[in-house]
Amino acid sequence: MKRGKGHFGPFGGAYVPETIMSALEELEAAYLKSKKDKEFAQELDYYLRNYAGRPTPLYHAERLSQTLGGAQIYLKREDLLHTGAHKINNTLGQVLLARRMGKTRIIAETGAGQHGVATATAAALFGLECQIYMGEEDVRRQSLNVFRMKLLGAEVITVHSGSKTLKDAINEAMRDWVTNVRNTFYILGSVVGPHPYPGMVRDFQRVIGEETKKQIMKISGRLPDYVLACVGGGSNSIGIFYPFLRTSVKLIGVEAAGLGLDTGKHGASLSRGSKGVLHGSLSYVLEDEYGQILPAHSVSAGLDYPGVGPEHSYFKEQGLVQYETATDQEALEAFQLLSRTEGIIPALESAHALAYAMKVAPRSRKDELMVINLSGRGDKDVTVVAEILGVKLGED
Amino acid sequence: MESRIEKTFKKTRAQGRLALMPYLTGGYPTLADCLEILKLLADLGCDLIELGVPFSDPLADGPTIQRSIQVALSQGVNLDHIFELVRDLKTYADMPVCLMPYYNIPYRYGRGKFARKAAESGVDGVIIPDLSIEDSESWRKVAWKEGLDTVFLAAPTSSLERLKRISQLSRGFIYCVSLLGVTGARRELPPELKEFILTIREVTDKYLAVGFGISRGQQVEALRGLADGVIIGSALIDLIEENKDPTERSKRLKAFIGEIREASG
Repeated sequence: MKRGKGHFGPFGGAYVPETIMSALEELEAAYLKSKKDKEFAQELDYYLRNYAGRPTPLYHAERLSQTLGGAQIYLKREDLLHTGAHKINNTLGQVLLARRMGKTRIIAETGAGQHGVATATAAALFGLECQIYMGEEDVRRQSLNVFRMKLLGAEVITVHSGSKTLKDAINEAMRDWVTNVRNTFYILGSVVGPHPYPGMVRDFQRVIGEETKKQIMKISGRLPDYVLACVGGGSNSIGIFYPFLRTSVKLIGVEAAGLGLDTGKHGASLSRGSKGVLHGSLSYVLEDEYGQILPAHSVSAGLDYPGVGPEHSYFKEQGLVQYETATDQEALEAFQLLSRTEGIIPALESAHALAYAMKVAPRSRKDELMVINLSGRGDKDVTVVAEILGVKLGED
Repeated sequence: MESRIEKTFKKTRAQGRLALMPYLTGGYPTLADCLEILKLLADLGCDLIELGVPFSDPLADGPTIQRSIQVALSQGVNLDHIFELVRDLKTYADMPVCLMPYYNIPYRYGRGKFARKAAESGVDGVIIPDLSIEDSESWRKVAWKEGLDTVFLAAPTSSLERLKRISQLSRGFIYCVSLLGVTGARRELPPELKEFILTIREVTDKYLAVGFGISRGQQVEALRGLADGVIIGSALIDLIEENKDPTERSKRLKAFIGEIREASG
């Protein structure tokens, strides 16, 4: 019998209950068809341009470059997109696919709420019923995003099982899908999950890298020396890395080291995890010796996940991308540095990529080019950061 | 050669009744109580046992089994405990046992080591609810080498093509998922169930056991002459959860299994 599809070396696959295998086959067929369909590409392009705000600028952060004293730093401004992060690239793509497949109901999982908001937004745009699964812990921490989703007409379903965070929200969304598979489209938010999700979400995010490549060529006439991005599930990083793979460009993915890699409280699946199966694919995961999944930790909710996209595991094994880490503390410093030097408040996720850039840039030459994917804006993180810095909002 | 699981189904089929296969989460409510309940189920004439291996992310399970898994995990129950549990049960009663681990459990333990230890402990078959036939090759190799039956799931959404492949790769029996959804006791089973079983029958000569949702004698009765066995999980766990007192629990279990046995032919 032929081997399953959707493998990246030994990673990937579709480790899911039989009940949704047919739905995955149906999704794969629809997706492959849409890839060849000019009308689909045009429709997606229309919404990306006119609704989401693409292309996003590639901005030369001169003051930041000067401050760090090395490479010329360029920021890919995904933070300027509608809803505030790269997530909308994927949700628009998947919602258009759902419509083509005649699915009337949308479900999604969300951690901090960014993917939930982006999904609720795309569902509202096309008048589709939408339910978002969110862990009890995250509902409490991200009450503003919960309300945003509700304003957008989505229903937020609180998940009380397991660790009550993103991991459990994905489990619950999968359980919903198993139950309502005939009329429901599951919009996964990252390059994780069973085939065809990792490849499909990557393809919807590749636009980030393709634009970046054109923009940097136009600005400098050559490829950059470095491209950096943060890695949780890994969708913004794979999106910007993809067109630069197997070129001279040094690709650096930055995972969350949380309170420190040796504390066990981190989200660094690639740096400190082992191979395992979580949420339908084989990849690196945080787990104990018996294969029980361990809780992740990061100050940034988007990186607070004990797994990573299977293609990243493949890149790591093949040495195509270098994976590093930044701690909560380092990310917080980067968050403040960018705010002060450039007037841009980054998402805490993106601040991890900036934090690692703060280490690399001073050691690089001034004529080198470094691109950092600024995957989201930091408005959502302001209260969390205030709390950590001991600032009481409303007091002078 | 016929496996022990197949021999059991052959026997119950010859007796004109459904094989009865209770599911318990290994280590629930405690390792000691779990063994006592398993022994009782053997005494009550159950034909096979399905034993779940607790896993942190059981995405095919509903709230009841999720809770039981949490209870077991919070007491530190691990795979080695489950193997011991099977060994202890096998010393007491000679009945086929199927383990039900999510795939990450054997994957992390080492699939070859898992299969070897399972076989040594007396496990007869393994059901992996999140292992699709497509990704099952390396598992099948090690399982078959150790003489373990590989049980795959068939779902109401499986195409005929898939059902044929599921049949080819299943040994022991095929686990027919009665409904669209996760595990959990239901008052009613879907009306399409009969047609689903008949469809599978057309493409297979393997034994068919039906699981998910079964909680009452009436549902079991409706499967007579249609399937070869029934799997009852959440309804049992609900009963154990509701009756903390061991004497009361045994009494209620006897009554419940009695009702199911009566209905099974």
